[in-house]
Amino acid sequence: MIDRPLLSVRGLTKRYGDRLGCLDVGFDLWPGEVLGIVGESGSGKTTVLRCLAGGIEATAGWAEFVERDGTVVDVLRLPEAARRRLARTDWAMVQQNPRDGLRMNVTAGANIGEPLMAVGARHYGHIRAAALQWLTQVEIPCDRIDDLPTAFSGGMQQRLQIARCLVTRPRLVFMDEPTGGLDVSVQARLLDLLRGLANELRLSALVVTHDLAVARLLAHRLLVMRGGEIVEAGLTDRVLDDPQHPYTQLLVSSVLQP
Amino acid sequence: MSAYNFGYLDEHTKRMVRRAILKAVAIPGYQVPFGSREMPLSYGWGTGGVQVTASIIGPDDVLKVIDQGADDTTNAVSIRRFFARTTGVRTTTRTREATIIQTRHRIPETPLRAGQIAVFQVPIPEPLRWLEPREAETRAMHALEEYGIMHVRLYEDIALHGRVATAYDYPVRANGRYIMRPSPIPKFDNPKLDRNPALLLFGAGREKRIYAVPPWTKVESLDFEDHPFAVERWDQPCALCGSRESFLDEVIVDDKGGRMFICSDTDYCRERREPAP
Repeated sequence: MIDRPLLSVRGLTKRYGDRLGCLDVGFDLWPGEVLGIVGESGSGKTTVLRCLAGGIEATAGWAEFVERDGTVVDVLRLPEAARRRLARTDWAMVQQNPRDGLRMNVTAGANIGEPLMAVGARHYGHIRAAALQWLTQVEIPCDRIDDLPTAFSGGMQQRLQIARCLVTRPRLVFMDEPTGGLDVSVQARLLDLLRGLANELRLSALVVTHDLAVARLLAHRLLVMRGGEIVEAGLTDRVLDDPQHPYTQLLVSSVLQP
Repeated sequence: MSAYNFGYLDEHTKRMVRRAILKAVAIPGYQVPFGSREMPLSYGWGTGGVQVTASIIGPDDVLKVIDQGADDTTNAVSIRRFFARTTGVRTTTRTREATIIQTRHRIPETPLRAGQIAVFQVPIPEPLRWLEPREAETRAMHALEEYGIMHVRLYEDIALHGRVATAYDYPVRANGRYIMRPSPIPKFDNPKLDRNPALLLFGAGREKRIYAVPPWTKVESLDFEDHPFAVERWDQPCALCGSRESFLDEVIVDDKGGRMFICSDTDYCRERREPAP
């Protein structure tokens, strides 16, 4: 069944004028796999993510994505309409700041229901039921369904965003620092939840983080980036326990131990 | 009269507005930008509608102006007098006699016929405005038909009030394509937009947009399968003419809690009370 990667990226390069965003980035993401990208700030992680998920235009390279019906498209050269259709159906993006990924002026239920309505759901009862089911999945009490996200804590907002992203059953989820900005205990709970959902739904995901602990818990494989280039790639445990590249060794050894 | 050009606007401006109207008619519900002019009335009082009317009116036209259905309110009287002075055309309060009906907040109860033109005064033409503040983004959403968010508004109504509580400016889809704001008419009037034999023109002066619904165009009000679109009903008839079909206004008649319900369309009410000729 699995005979080709869901997403293949080769030679992805982005230049901001004279400055380099990322250079010759290539990787394969297989169905059901969570791939982590780690590296320090400014190493080009987010550039890679935004070139793929939309937002900025890549300078060179290609990225082939296999759609539900088996057609292969180069996401770097998709017309706007097709890209937005993909973003509504097959993809989802979890933002670091839940305020960027949620509509703060409509209720939690509407936030979860909106992606469904965007793909044509027109039955209020069914939308409501899906919203309640997803609130339960992300451990938000069901009686909060008609509250505004502004009335939620940071951790609840992030969980609400995850529910909103997953309600359309996307085949590829992009996450940009999904636990950034949350305190440690909330982070742990969110990571636990994300890991559970990823296993349960067999999510394919690309997770960008600077936090090696997040990468360890979520990702099956890791790419280590520095100065816009991939310096090391491999299984998460191998990369973190037996780093080969000097930069990875530095990165792993500079994690603070409480 | 001789101090003004016919219809107040200069001929170049009228031509520009007419071009926008033609484009709007060609693409039902699409908001066409136009170079809105300063008019001798303040924004929010119908500058868009006045410019559309001034561009299409001719010496043989008969003009009717209503505000909330009434011919005798300040806004209606002022605009009617404005056109009487700057064009010299005949004005009327009778829906049947008029060729152009400029309106704020209502569509007349008397069915419009082919050949008539209704001009609507629109405060905010963009149906997505309160949901998506970025103009560039709403244009992309219209272009790509990304309208899921419109149902979010209806969802919110049902979730918070148990039913769709939006009572006016209820969003519609014109000709199966563009989502459109029917100006602040009550949703009671929405069914009249559908396959109307008259030409419906919408002008927003401050926002500089014109859009249109050509005659006999399909116009659907948005709804959910399990919460279908419905208009309001009153449990009593009009206190003056006894109509059960028209849109009623509640009028407070004394300071002891006395009130009555009467037709908002004054011409319709008058016609029903007059003996048949």
